[in-house]
Amino acid sequence: MTTTETTTRELLRFATAGSVDDGKSTLVGRLLHDTKSVLADTLAAVERASRAKGLEAADLALLTDGLRAEREQGITIDVAYRYFSTLNRSFILADTPGHVEYTRNMVTGASTAELALVLVDARHGIVEQTRRHAAAAALLGVRHLALAVNKMDLVDFDEGVFDSICAEFDEIAKSLGVDDVVAIPLSALQGDNVVARSSHTPWYSGPTLLEHLEAVPVGENPELSPLRFPVQYVLRPRDDEFHDHRSYAGRVAHGLVRVGDTVTVLPSGRITTVAAIDGLDGPLDFAFAPQSVALRLADDIDISRGDLIAAADEAATPSQDLVGDVCVLSDRQIVSGDRVLVRHGTRTVRAKVAAVTARLDLTTLESSPYDGPLSVNDIGRLTLRLAEPVAADDYGQLRRTGAFLLLDDQEGSTLAAGMAVAARCLRG
Amino acid sequence: MPAYQLSQLDTLEAEAVHIMREVAGEFDRPVLLFSGGKDSVVMLHLAAKAFAPAQIPFPLLHVDTGHNFPEVMTYRDEAVEHYGVELRVASVQDFIDSGRLRERPDGTRNPLQTVPLLDAIDTNRFDAVFGGGRRDEEKARAKERVFSLRDEFGQWDPKRQRPELWDLYNGRHRAGEHVRVFPLSNWTEVDIWEYIAREDIALPQIYYAHERDVFLRDGMWLTAGEWGGPKQSETVERRVVRYRTVGDMSCTGAVDSHAATVAEVIAEVAVSTITERGATRADDRLTEAAMEDRKREGYF
Repeated sequence: MTTTETTTRELLRFATAGSVDDGKSTLVGRLLHDTKSVLADTLAAVERASRAKGLEAADLALLTDGLRAEREQGITIDVAYRYFSTLNRSFILADTPGHVEYTRNMVTGASTAELALVLVDARHGIVEQTRRHAAAAALLGVRHLALAVNKMDLVDFDEGVFDSICAEFDEIAKSLGVDDVVAIPLSALQGDNVVARSSHTPWYSGPTLLEHLEAVPVGENPELSPLRFPVQYVLRPRDDEFHDHRSYAGRVAHGLVRVGDTVTVLPSGRITTVAAIDGLDGPLDFAFAPQSVALRLADDIDISRGDLIAAADEAATPSQDLVGDVCVLSDRQIVSGDRVLVRHGTRTVRAKVAAVTARLDLTTLESSPYDGPLSVNDIGRLTLRLAEPVAADDYGQLRRTGAFLLLDDQEGSTLAAGMAVAARCLRG
Repeated sequence: MPAYQLSQLDTLEAEAVHIMREVAGEFDRPVLLFSGGKDSVVMLHLAAKAFAPAQIPFPLLHVDTGHNFPEVMTYRDEAVEHYGVELRVASVQDFIDSGRLRERPDGTRNPLQTVPLLDAIDTNRFDAVFGGGRRDEEKARAKERVFSLRDEFGQWDPKRQRPELWDLYNGRHRAGEHVRVFPLSNWTEVDIWEYIAREDIALPQIYYAHERDVFLRDGMWLTAGEWGGPKQSETVERRVVRYRTVGDMSCTGAVDSHAATVAEVIAEVAVSTITERGATRADDRLTEAAMEDRKREGYF
C-alpha cells in the first residue's frame, strides 16, 4: 500500500496521580480537550451533564468519569486509560485516583509508565499525598517525574509560591533517586500552560505540560541492557513444508538479540546460539525490546513456556530464594508462612512466604524492620522460598524481569505486585 | 526516530501479539470472537502473524444476529478459508426459534447476543474469549482490563477486576469461569485504520463509500431490510454512505461519506467530530450507562 502516508509516531505511556481536590480530572479533561481528542458528541454529553448539575460551563472533569458507581459517589474507583495524540507522539495515560487507600492503583498505573505526572494544588503546596505519589512512582522505577502545580490562578500566578513548591519537591525527588524532574505552573481550569502557553506566567520559561510530554525521552537504549527473553509459546507447524521447524515465541523484555549470539536457557543453564530470528514480517538480523519475535536455536534442547533465554555472559542466577518489595493489592493479608504462587515472566511457581522483614512508610519514605502481616496498600519487603528456581533480576536494573506477582494459590486472584531486590543490595 | 525506537503501530502490534501468545500458552480452549467488523479482522490478522508459520491455534466464534449485511457474511467465509481456521456460529435466530429468547419490540438484536454467546462459551467450555474491544471506544471500556475475569454467569464486576501490572497478565480462573481478552485495548480507531493501511488488510466493502438504500432514524442512516425497517413514516432514499462500525443491521447506522479508500477513510476519521459509536450505534444511546450495563451482563 503506497497511497497512504502512515504517520510514524512514538508512544509515551504516563500515569497521573493527585489528591482528591487537586483538579486532576479537570487537568486530564483539559489535555484531552485541548489536543482535540474529545469529539463533539462526547463534549455535548458532558455539557448536558454539567447543566444537570447546575454548572454554567462544561465541567471537563466529567470527561474522565467512567462508571455509574463512580458518578453516583463522585469518586474514581480504578485506573482508567485515556488516549490522545499529537503529530509526533501517541499517548497512553493511566489515570489513577488519589485517595490514600488507592496506593495499589497508583502502583498499577505506574508499573507501565515512563513518566509520572504528580499534581499539587498551588494553595496547599506539597502534602502527604504528593510524597506518596512520588514515592510510588520511584518505587515502580518511573524515571521521569513531572510536577503540575495546579490552580496557579488562585494564587495570582505568584512566582514565589511556585518556586518554593518546586524547591520542596526537588528535595523529595532527590531523596527518591529520581533525577529528571520538571515542574510546570498551570491552571487546568483556565488552560494556562497545559497545551497553550500562558500570558500570566511571564517569569516561567519552561515547557507547557504538553510540550514536556512531547519532548521527554521514551524507551530505553537496548544496547545498555543484557538480553532477557521469556519464552511464551513453542511454535511447531504441522505442515510438511515446515517439518523440522521449531521456534520459541516471545517478546524481548530487555536488551538486544542478534543472530549468532550465545545465549543461556534458564533455569537449566544450557548454552546455545541463536540460529535465526523470525520477526512478524519475516527474518531479522536482530531484535530488541519490546519486539515480539520467535527465536530459532542452534541446538535441540528442551525448552518450554516459562523458560527464560538470556545473554550467556550476563544471566541472572536462578534461585529458589527470592527477596522483593511488594505492594499488597488485595484484601487478603500476607503473613509469614503463607502459601502463594509467584508469577515471574512466563513462569508460575509455588512459593511460601519465608519471612516479612520490613515495611515502608510511603509518607516518610522510611523503611523499618517489621514482621507482622502486610495489608492492602502496604508496601513491605519479604523473602520467598520457591518450589522451583526463578531467574529474577534486580528490579531497579531490569524492570520487566525484576517484576513479579503474588497470586492466590486457590482462586488465582492477584495478591501483590513484587519488585525483586538483588541480594547484594539488601537494605531492609 | 532514533535507532531501536518502535513506532506506535509497531509497539501496539508487538503488545497484541504478546497478549495472544500468552493466551495460547496459558489457556486450554481459547476462541476468537469474529464478526467481520474491522477490529475482529485486525485481531485475526494479528493472530496469523503471532503464530506463523504454524496455524492459528484456536477457532473463531461468530455470534450471528440473523440481521447480517450480506457483504460481511461473504467476507467472513472468505476469511475463514484464507486463514484456514475453524468457524463456530452461535445463532440468535436459533434461540428465538426455540423460545429461549424473545424478539425486542424495537427489533434490535444486538442486546440479544449475550445469551447465545454465553451458551456457546459454556457448551464449548471456552476458557479464554478474544474480543476486539478498545478502551477508547466508550467510558466503561476505559476501565476494562486486557484479561477480564468473568464469573460462571459471564458477568463483569468492575470492582472484582484484578489489578494488571507490567505485562504480567493473570489468566488464572476457577472451573466455570472464563476470561475475556482484549488484545486491542490500547489501540484507537485511527491506529486500527493506520494498521489496516500499513498491512494492506482487506475489509468488508461496506466500510468504504458505496450507494445504498437507506432511511433516517434517530439521526442515523439505516439500511432497509427484512429485519423490520423502514416504518411507514420513514422514507427510503439512495445515498452514498459507508459504515464506521459493523453490527446488527437494525441498529448500526451508516454515515454520509465519499471515502472510498483506506487513505480517504483515515483522513475522514482524523477530522471527524463524532465518535464512531456515537455516530453509528443506537444500542449505546439507550442510557448513559448502556455499555456498563451490557458488560455486566456478559456482553462483549
